[in-house]
Amino acid sequence: MTVGLPSRGWAGPRTGTFAPRSRSALARAFAKGGIARSWDWPLILVATGLSVLGAILVWAATEPQLRAAGINPHYYLEKAAIWAFGGLILMFVVACIDYRRIRRWTPWLYGLSLLLLLAVLAHGQSVNGAKAWIALPGGFQVEPSEFAKLGLVLSVAWLLSRRQLADGRPQLRDVALAVLAAAPLILLVEREPALGVMFVLLVMLAGMIVVSGIRLYWVLGLTAAVTGGVYAVAKLHLLKGYQLTRLTSFLHPEQNIAGVGYNALQAKIAVASGGMHGQGLFHGTFTGGNFVPSVQTDFIFTVAGEELGFVGCAVIVALLSFVVFRAIRAAQIADDMFGLLVAAGIAIWFGFQTFVNVGMTIGIMPITGLPLPFISYGGSAIFADMIAIGLLQSVRRHHSLFGEQASRTEPTRVAGRDGVATVRSRW
Amino acid sequence: MIPRSRRRLFGLYVIALAMLVALGGRLWYLQVLDTSQYKALAAVNQTRTVVVPAVRGMITDDTGQPLVTNQASLTVSVNMMDLSQTTTDDGSAVLKRLAPLLHMSDKTLSEKVRLCTKGVSQPCWTGSPYQPIPVAENVSDKVALQIMEEPTQFPGVTAQVQPVVDYPMPDGANPAQVLGYLQPITQAEMAQDHIPETGFAQDDLVGQSGLEAQYNAELTGKPGTQIVSVNAAGDVLGTVGGTPAQTGDTLITSLNSKVQAVVQTALNDAVARSRAEGNSADQGAAIVETTTGRIVAMASYPDYNPNVWTNGISQSEVNYLFGLGGDSGSGEPAYNWATQGQYAPGSTFKVTSTAAAVADGYSLYGLYNCPASVNIDGHTFINDGNPSEGDMTLQEALIQSCDTVYYELGYDMYQTDDPAANSVLSAHAPTQKMQQMELDWGFGNYTGIDLPEESTGTIPTRQWLYYMWEDNAHKGQDWCKNGNANGSYVQQIEYDDCQDGWVWEPGQAAIAAIGQGYITVTPLQLTNAYTALANGGTLYAPKIGEALVSASGKLVQKINPTVTRHLPVSSTTLAYIRNALQGVVTQGTAAGAFAGFPLNQVCVAGKTGTAQIEGAVATSVFASFAPCSNPKLVVVVMVPDSGYGADVAAPAVRQIWDGIFGLEGHKAALPGGNLPAIPTLKAAKK
Repeated sequence: MTVGLPSRGWAGPRTGTFAPRSRSALARAFAKGGIARSWDWPLILVATGLSVLGAILVWAATEPQLRAAGINPHYYLEKAAIWAFGGLILMFVVACIDYRRIRRWTPWLYGLSLLLLLAVLAHGQSVNGAKAWIALPGGFQVEPSEFAKLGLVLSVAWLLSRRQLADGRPQLRDVALAVLAAAPLILLVEREPALGVMFVLLVMLAGMIVVSGIRLYWVLGLTAAVTGGVYAVAKLHLLKGYQLTRLTSFLHPEQNIAGVGYNALQAKIAVASGGMHGQGLFHGTFTGGNFVPSVQTDFIFTVAGEELGFVGCAVIVALLSFVVFRAIRAAQIADDMFGLLVAAGIAIWFGFQTFVNVGMTIGIMPITGLPLPFISYGGSAIFADMIAIGLLQSVRRHHSLFGEQASRTEPTRVAGRDGVATVRSRW
Repeated sequence: MIPRSRRRLFGLYVIALAMLVALGGRLWYLQVLDTSQYKALAAVNQTRTVVVPAVRGMITDDTGQPLVTNQASLTVSVNMMDLSQTTTDDGSAVLKRLAPLLHMSDKTLSEKVRLCTKGVSQPCWTGSPYQPIPVAENVSDKVALQIMEEPTQFPGVTAQVQPVVDYPMPDGANPAQVLGYLQPITQAEMAQDHIPETGFAQDDLVGQSGLEAQYNAELTGKPGTQIVSVNAAGDVLGTVGGTPAQTGDTLITSLNSKVQAVVQTALNDAVARSRAEGNSADQGAAIVETTTGRIVAMASYPDYNPNVWTNGISQSEVNYLFGLGGDSGSGEPAYNWATQGQYAPGSTFKVTSTAAAVADGYSLYGLYNCPASVNIDGHTFINDGNPSEGDMTLQEALIQSCDTVYYELGYDMYQTDDPAANSVLSAHAPTQKMQQMELDWGFGNYTGIDLPEESTGTIPTRQWLYYMWEDNAHKGQDWCKNGNANGSYVQQIEYDDCQDGWVWEPGQAAIAAIGQGYITVTPLQLTNAYTALANGGTLYAPKIGEALVSASGKLVQKINPTVTRHLPVSSTTLAYIRNALQGVVTQGTAAGAFAGFPLNQVCVAGKTGTAQIEGAVATSVFASFAPCSNPKLVVVVMVPDSGYGADVAAPAVRQIWDGIFGLEGHKAALPGGNLPAIPTLKAAKK
């Protein structure tokens, strides 16, 4: 028997096994635990892609008319590109701020969005019967209702997560406070009137309350309250006549071609006539012929439908769904309740707004003035969307390895004064 | 806390997934399964089919000189529907701005655009309120541009090239009633002709009377279509396809403008002469026909300028043309009295009476008594204006126009003509022999001329009498109610008519033999009958159109007079009558009117007629043909309420013969009386 070590036996680890491998900074950043690893790159990529796609669709939507009118045909493209680029920068800036710091700024940000909404009521420009814009020097306009969504997400998330209670449920007091905080935003938006945004805010508020962990029979009660509210609105004529017809005409657009149903029908025809592959960018006759109103803003999806066909539409819907899924994912891995609620609120925002906007062009949702996230032309909307993506990044990036433990140690008591100082010094 | 919330986030996943599926499924359904339906909808949405109006064909005289031309001109139209939708004051401010631009008053413009509804009469718009209303034709480019460049100032107002009609009136020829007029097509006409109600079609002019109506289909041409792509505002982006419009055919007529001018002048002069005598004479007609059935000239008095129909017509003009409103004394110039006037032919009818008598066995060479008066059935019938002339031949009776000879012939034929049938109350009673001859000469029926308006005149057959009685005994004129045996003259007649209005009575037979009583004829019927007499017995359906020629100059269709029938009269009898009519001019009733006429150059034959009507001035008639031995042309002049045929109509006919053949210092309008060959027309310029 031969016992013992083979002549060419194991001589320990090969040389260099424990030597530090030299890796590039980029590789290190993306390695496990690396600085870039905490970013949700697919989300950034998709949001950026959607913005680029949006700029192209805005270009396709406006080029024929601008060319016909003898104006620079790239006017809208150029502005859309600037907004998208600005939005991307905003997104990175927001992502770099710890969301817990943002949480401390929440009352101030909430106040700011409230002030903007009051300003628009006082000095707003009236477009199509709605006072939704504040004119800024230099030809810029701000649409405060877009930022009201951010204000609502932050304030409601803050109020619902402020007190850490033993059973983890917010109490009636917290919910009431959240509703009270959201109410001025919602009412001011309703005064503009921006019906679509009002619905988004309502759905966000309700969704965040449900996700916050309230008892399920409260959820049922809330559902009943919403149903009752809808009934009351319909019964007591709280909605203006045109608002009601606009909300119901989507069911039978053919009956009212000359009036409200016109938009719905034209949009539907435009989308449906695109077929599988569409007529190609810049070749849409509905788009070029100005058949669909507000084609570069609220009805931008008709351009996608007509010129890119089912394939293009499916890609856009899939990408937007991806954003929603990533937002829910961010909520799931959030360290604390605040982060969870912010991410969940953003998910509801994008999900609901996408569904309503796309749905109204294909006849399954009423016509309301809502932009398609990332795609529709409009600086305020793009900025708000990108800030929201930034918040998602922030929630994701700043989750502690220790999970909830870390968040529990967060000294919420001192948030207020600290926050003021920080905001002032950094603004 | 967090775990519960995280569980609930799964709910969000589920909802988001459901929304994704809903959107994806709906998109699949719309864009893949149902796309063809929406593609069709989209096409309807984005293209418009515009009807390109065809330029209407011309109407020319026999030498190719245009009587009616059609050109494309810039026309301003107002769409009142657009106007009332885009303005708050129903567009009155826009119309106020537009009126001075078009050089018309506010009132004129607003009359043109108001709709013909109940209680609103011409001028008004007969079409649909959804159609643009043409308000001014032939506007200048400047005005059109001003309107087109300021759509906000003139919403609903358009300026487009549209066809416009013009009447050049060569040599002063104005056969207005023969040509007819054009008016925008009515909704009913469009529906009837299956004309698509898109684009310009509503502005198409259609012939509403005369040749324009008769040959409307050929003259209209074929409208083209233009398929254009439009944007949501309806602005035209480009042409996608279509078919070009085809210009309508040109109608070459046998009307000769020079002869027409001569005839118009002669007719006007005749009316003037009669009026100078104090007669009313507010209508009249003169016709020249070849012995082959072609109409060379046709004039109806009073005439009018057909340009009143273009550029919209006013209420007062309509009243004048149709004798409406307070304008009943106008003579109703819109009507063509040459085919629509129904007058008693008087002694010109003695030619048919002669033919009927000879056909009934009376000798052509016998002698007939011409007393100063005859007594028939208890009534005395006098030989108008003449004493007893003793026995005479039929030829002499025609030359002298002896009434009593024909009264007796009429009465004699009445007695032998199935007397039992006279009192039978039936719609199927046989026609009397003399009246049958009149029907055979084309009276009492349409001649079949290529004009849409024609009257039949009246031949009192037993059948006609029956219907006359049935229509008026207890309804209509209601003789039995209004009649009175002891009342006025009219009431006595009505009383008698009620009793036996259907009975063919001896007095009626006698007076019918000299073309009076119930008998009426149109000037055209008389002309046509004399044409048959002159050409040896061939009765034509006369024609005004000679040929239809396409816009490129190609002959499309020749139009020839068709033979209606041959007169049931022997050529000997016809020659005998023609011979007699020659004597009328040389030594008879027209000798005075033709005194000094160079009969050696052109032999003219004719017959005077003076139809006396109870309570009115006589209708003056002269029917003639020339040359005597080889007749080429027939000329008839009829002027009601004007006096003796020899005084009014005969001199007018002489004037016409002078003009045609170039006699007595006139220039020959139609040398030798021969119509020129069908002219070849140059292709119309595009």
